[in-house]
Amino acid sequence: MEVTFQFDWGAAFASIPHLLPGIPWTLLISFGGLAIGFLIGIVFGLMRISRSRLMRIPAIFYIEVFRGTPILVQVLFIFYGLPQLLGGPINALTAGIAAIAVNSGAYISEVVRGGVQSIERGQREASLSLGLSRTQAFRYVIWPQAFRRMIPPLGNQGIISIKDTSLFSVIGVGELVRQGQIYIATTFTALEVYFMVALLYLAITWTLSLVLRFLEQRGLAGQ
Amino acid sequence: MTDNDTATAPIVQMEKVNKHFGDLHVLKDIDLNVVPGEVVVVIGASGSGKSTLIRCINGLEEFQDGHIMVDGNQLTPHGKSGKALQKIRTEVGMVFQQFNLFPHLSVLDNVILAPMKVRGWSRADAVETAERLLARVGISDQAAKHPTQLSGGQQQRVALARALAMEPRLMLFDEPTSALDPEMIGEVLDAMRELAREGMTMVIVTHEMGFAREVADRVIYIHKGEIAEAAPPETIFDQPKDERTRSFLSRVLKH
Repeated sequence: MEVTFQFDWGAAFASIPHLLPGIPWTLLISFGGLAIGFLIGIVFGLMRISRSRLMRIPAIFYIEVFRGTPILVQVLFIFYGLPQLLGGPINALTAGIAAIAVNSGAYISEVVRGGVQSIERGQREASLSLGLSRTQAFRYVIWPQAFRRMIPPLGNQGIISIKDTSLFSVIGVGELVRQGQIYIATTFTALEVYFMVALLYLAITWTLSLVLRFLEQRGLAGQ
Repeated sequence: MTDNDTATAPIVQMEKVNKHFGDLHVLKDIDLNVVPGEVVVVIGASGSGKSTLIRCINGLEEFQDGHIMVDGNQLTPHGKSGKALQKIRTEVGMVFQQFNLFPHLSVLDNVILAPMKVRGWSRADAVETAERLLARVGISDQAAKHPTQLSGGQQQRVALARALAMEPRLMLFDEPTSALDPEMIGEVLDAMRELAREGMTMVIVTHEMGFAREVADRVIYIHKGEIAEAAPPETIFDQPKDERTRSFLSRVLKH
């Protein structure tokens, strides 16, 4: 029996120029969102381990809400829901970046908390016994060590967030999946195009993995 | 207070200090004065409260009532001492059982961090002092290495140099040789011996009874959070008056 359908490499390669315009959007949403998410994560992660309940409770609330709800719902809420509250539209790019920021921020808060709490108590005690203030102990002793331990889980979160941006095709932002969908609408070559879309995601995430591995090795060599 | 009084006044005054960990009464009515230049060795079974006692002196442990005065700075119960605590920690050095060197910094950077950030010294001044101190503890050739590349004995000597770089008026030692391999204990004790000879005021928690006998001006035996006996080493080791001291020493000196 003859195979009725074959993977058409020509169609796959032909899709590339149409997909590439999605890459800057994917990168912009991912890394823009992650940069803000990292800042959120530092603030809420530290609030989460604060001695003051006034700091801890809002942090726990934030983390639970944004870790416990789907990112798809979060982005739909921001794009379609928030404008009703604010009285004006939010553009799709802003909504996408905001969704990655608040979502990754929740996970990164936990990464920051874990990293800081993993540093032995003796490090802080030695710092304080030398006369360093609590802020100085954190800045010069605790944080640099904690940050090194945070690199692998941060890399993990980066990769997850890059892939999460694929969901934002639903709000019409022109990222990779969206470009694929537009192209398929005229060519009907779904198999080849989504295959190429997947490869392009892999290229991005793999590059990130390599960069992180390099950073980790340099970090460990310094210990 | 005249200058003369300051010279002889105790650098550490503990008066009726009590500490509880929940239901556990860890320190009971501790009275202890340490005068400048004095070497006080604190001995006792594990869990007797001897580490807790010296950790109260630089505020690493809170206490619930009593008074602690260190170099003219008053520590208040429940850890609410603020500025006074900061001043005390600047003037009081500490060496820990687990060394607690900063693993992300080189040996040299471990030693210059506090002088630069707390005392505000220039890097050049801090490095000069650090190099002198590292030479003194016999680690000069390792200054660029990271702590984990050193042996335990070397790490503890770096920790000593790091504390001394702040030019402390008082040094606290919390079982400085307990985490060391036997062959490295001697080099750390030698460094401490030399420090004592130079007149440093020291409060030392240790299980090294031979060392205690040799360097201590006064030995304090702590039993279940109480000072059971405080006397010169000859008295404590050769004619202990308290039955609890006798029983403790017979257990640790036998083997």
